[in-house]
Amino acid sequence: MTSYALFLGCTIPARQPSYELSARKALAKLGIELVDLANMTCCAPPPVRSVDLESSLAVAAYNICLAEEADLNLVTLCNGCFESLAMANAMLKADRKLRAKINRILSRAGKEFVGSKEVKHYPRVLINDIGLKRLKQNVSKPLSNLKVAAFYGCHALRPSALLKLDDPERPHVLENLIEALGAKSVEYRNKLKCCGGLLRGYSDELALDLAREKLANTTKAGADCIATLCPFCFVALDIGQIQVKSKFNETYDMPVLHYSELLALALGIDPKELALETHKIKTDKIINKIS
Amino acid sequence: MKPGKPEKTTSLAFSNLVVSRLGGETITLCYQCGTCASSCPVAKITERFNPREVIKLSLLGEKDEVISGDAIWLCCSCYNCQERCPQKVEIGDVIYALRNIAFKEGYIPDVYSKFASAILNDGRIVQVSKFVENKRPALGLPPLQPTGIDALRKILSATGFDKLQKKKEETP
Repeated sequence: MTSYALFLGCTIPARQPSYELSARKALAKLGIELVDLANMTCCAPPPVRSVDLESSLAVAAYNICLAEEADLNLVTLCNGCFESLAMANAMLKADRKLRAKINRILSRAGKEFVGSKEVKHYPRVLINDIGLKRLKQNVSKPLSNLKVAAFYGCHALRPSALLKLDDPERPHVLENLIEALGAKSVEYRNKLKCCGGLLRGYSDELALDLAREKLANTTKAGADCIATLCPFCFVALDIGQIQVKSKFNETYDMPVLHYSELLALALGIDPKELALETHKIKTDKIINKIS
Repeated sequence: MKPGKPEKTTSLAFSNLVVSRLGGETITLCYQCGTCASSCPVAKITERFNPREVIKLSLLGEKDEVISGDAIWLCCSCYNCQERCPQKVEIGDVIYALRNIAFKEGYIPDVYSKFASAILNDGRIVQVSKFVENKRPALGLPPLQPTGIDALRKILSATGFDKLQKKKEETP
């Protein structure tokens, strides 16, 4: 059994029980043990980076230190957490001067960043530790007939020099993971374009324009649902549909699923155990289509 | 007129400031080709933000316009520009450096001020309410581990983050 320290983050436990449930259940079923460590904090994502980049690096490094002390690699479920932690990990491993500077800050909290661990987003864990072949063998309820629009979200892929999940212009990890479940991954226009999530709160108007375009393009491509890797993309596209409806009077009724939810369903986990009712856009038609 | 040492201009002073900040180091490599602007999803839908313009104004020393305006806050941080820049300007990170300068000088959008308060108060930018936390066992989720708020506050005090935020709270 492979073990990882789970970096749960803020948004998932605060708002998305279906993401957490599906990820925990599916990974456990595949033999990945998730360890919940005490004393983790916010990962210090873009909103914190916007205030002070050095502070956000120090906070991310502090969390990596906890995994180093537990002798575990870290796994993330959120693009924001992945980006913050993987970026800090790569930067501090590569730059001795920066590492010394951050370690002076961390010493106030009794920590030292060593650089002995990896930070992985869970799709990478599925590819590397399980593999597509074994994943396919574990599928008991193939998602045949399901057309899925893969949506990575920006911070799963970029900046690629630090994150190294996949090719930032032509990725295939998520498409492969979708097809391993028996579903069809459908191409759509501007697939890698931002969902607008990070503009929410500063300019809701522009954020919604970007989300709306994604909904229009995935609908036009005939997708049954969108699969995301990030709780912020999920919010932008799921709750975003309610906002698009009230502002533009457009109804997409496009279910948005966390990839882990599709994975859990394909592994035969009972949909009733997944709190799917917490989605704003109902997932019933997806469940009906695969049962 | 004898050639002499060029006068130190405002433009140099501001680009030097950006270069000295974490994330801002590569700004002077820009040769204004516009690859960033044509890759930017936000520039496609509004004239309020254009990464090439932000960099140009910064290199020309238009500090006030850059840090007091709303353009720097309209970057959606997708890093498309940074991936494609032929000069390897780390544009996404340059924007963070500019935001950091703006924050330090008191130009702080409310939503960012709220995020900063949240991390200092709760150790998280999105709070997990007691109501949600109490529902975990019924959903079949393990209890939440404690947050390392004390360590976090020590770190954010060592970097001066807590004082940046306080300055905003004291501004009427």
